[in-house]
Amino acid sequence: MLHNTNENIAAKVTNLGKAYRIGVEEEKDKNLSTTLLNALLSPIKNFKKIKSLNKLSSTTEGKDVFWANRNISFEVKQGEVLGIIGKNGAGKSTLLKMLSRITEPTEGKIELYGRIASLLEVGTGFNPELTGKENIFLNGTILGLTKNEIEERFDSIVEFSGIEKFIETPVKRYSSGMKVRLAFAVAAHLDPEILIIDEVLAVGDAEFQKKCLGKMQEVAGKEGRTVLFVSHDMAAVKNLCTRAILLQQGNIAFEGSATEVVNYYLQNAASITSQRNLDFSQAKGNKNFVVTDIEMLDENSNSIQIAESGRDFQLKISYETKEIPINPVVIILVKNNLEQVLFTCLSRNSYNGTMQLNSQGSIICNIPKLPLLSGLYTLDIVLKYDQEVTFSLENIFSFEVEKGDFFGTGKINDDMMNGMIINHNWVIQ
Amino acid sequence: MNVKRMYTVIEAKKSASAFNFKELIRYKDLFYYMVLRDITVMYKQTVLGFLWAVLNPFFQVVIFSVIFGTIAGIKTGIDGLPYPVFSCLAIIPWNYFSSTFAASSNSLVNSANVFTKVYFPRLIIPLVPIFSKLTDFFISLLILVAVMFYFNYTPGNNWYYFLLPLFIILISSAGFGIWLSSLVLQFRDFRFAINFLTPLLLYAAPVAFPALKVKEKLGNTAYELYALYPMVGGIEGFRSSFVNGAIFPWTLVLISAASALFIFFTGVIYFKKMEKHFADVA
Repeated sequence: MLHNTNENIAAKVTNLGKAYRIGVEEEKDKNLSTTLLNALLSPIKNFKKIKSLNKLSSTTEGKDVFWANRNISFEVKQGEVLGIIGKNGAGKSTLLKMLSRITEPTEGKIELYGRIASLLEVGTGFNPELTGKENIFLNGTILGLTKNEIEERFDSIVEFSGIEKFIETPVKRYSSGMKVRLAFAVAAHLDPEILIIDEVLAVGDAEFQKKCLGKMQEVAGKEGRTVLFVSHDMAAVKNLCTRAILLQQGNIAFEGSATEVVNYYLQNAASITSQRNLDFSQAKGNKNFVVTDIEMLDENSNSIQIAESGRDFQLKISYETKEIPINPVVIILVKNNLEQVLFTCLSRNSYNGTMQLNSQGSIICNIPKLPLLSGLYTLDIVLKYDQEVTFSLENIFSFEVEKGDFFGTGKINDDMMNGMIINHNWVIQ
Repeated sequence: MNVKRMYTVIEAKKSASAFNFKELIRYKDLFYYMVLRDITVMYKQTVLGFLWAVLNPFFQVVIFSVIFGTIAGIKTGIDGLPYPVFSCLAIIPWNYFSSTFAASSNSLVNSANVFTKVYFPRLIIPLVPIFSKLTDFFISLLILVAVMFYFNYTPGNNWYYFLLPLFIILISSAGFGIWLSSLVLQFRDFRFAINFLTPLLLYAAPVAFPALKVKEKLGNTAYELYALYPMVGGIEGFRSSFVNGAIFPWTLVLISAASALFIFFTGVIYFKKMEKHFADVA
């Protein structure tokens, strides 16, 4: 359908909502006869249960109804790159599935102006038995291109993928990297007016990612195309998006420029997973010198809830002492989710001079360019003075780290799975 | 700026979404490549390849001829029509129906990983086997030629009538496939049901015996009701077109055609009604 628009709006979402049914605990059988009866009646019950999966409307309520998205309204202008961020389970995928017409909303409306392509996965419909060439055509048509459009772009797709030699080889003989490159090459040539894209950039090697990001920027910027981009990758959102929305528990929690939203997210949104164990009574030691509070700060000393890889990071430890400690020592152990200690901050070695503390106050441990990969980390803290442990608590604090641009190269550290990031550089001679 | 752009509205719909024929046409290339994929992949990594399409009906014809023709002594009902030719003329369309029916019924479940990731008219999915299985059908016609040649059998002059029953077979395969693909996706029970239903459908169809036997034993009303099972008109019509001296069973063919169209259109309506939930239940 063609439509006249005076405004340059590409997408308009009004009061969008999507409900799902979730399992509710069933009543247990009381005795043998009810067990038998229920076994006989269970087909009827199962049938009703399966049928009810479909019957949802905006008025549906109940304890088995879960709203993955509700009351979502926003507008995207033509040529804008909108980032959609949020924690896992915040409703990003559901929103994306509704935008790309995979699932129907329970309430509300989406209006889209222009040819749409959605990319929730790369290589959808790839068949391992078919050759690279055959898969380009199959995948391309699945993504909404016509045969002619693919033929026009074929050479360019093959060149972009960089696997010219293997184009007549069945895809099952490809390495996983080659498969991704081929799939991306097709995706990069979609050329829609509105591109809806999920976290698909999280695969592939860094060099190829850069190429795809470049191609995406080209699509978004130069050609005035609209992009809706879901990501966990804060650096990518900041680099690529002009505007962003933050989803929290199915609703829009914050909206603004990409940088604003990313900062807001890091400062506030994560309180669900980052938690302080403020019950310090479990701590061992003589309690003469104890921790009273722990806080994470960014480089501007603003309190944050999520840390970002590669960004300056501060840990503020508030303390109280019964007497002025002599030669106090602060030890922070940083552990990954496998309980492996990654590094230790030991004030005896790294603090220049002797710490002079008051009866209460705070000690800030400053870690420039946080060398942690994205993930969940926990801390152990030990306080000592005068050769005696006064406070020691394992897993005192846990926090989350989001991906970031550690090296300042625009390349995101996805390939690195374990360990830490160490600053380094290369020289070619 | 006043530009004409494509306009799409996505919202909750109370009723079945309208059948969008235009959209289906727009995706004709996807349809083509999916059919091509099925054909290409079908005999990949087999030694005999497309020979299977010939071997399969060949052995069936042998078994049918020995068991039903010789041991059970079923008469073809037409003078000069050898039993192997008689059964071959039914086995070939039956094989097309049963393989399409199976492939189409499971098509949605098997491609859940595609339609939960990208939008395209889902109706394409169960329709693909209707076309991809035609290759097997046409290849297996070679067996028919061979069997006729072996028995030195000359088909009747009205052989081109077979297009009408073939149409019934296509439409009913599509109809059953569309119905069952959406049912299987929602209620996996139908997967089990199909397993025992397929052989039953074979016994019920006039494959081993001529449909006229039903008229003979059970009367005319039963005979006409029998044709509500679309494969009755499909197979009997297909066979009669090639048989020299057979009367083309117009009654059966027309009743079956109506029944096939009914199954097809109700299937499409049901499919369109349930389509919006597919991604949620898959």
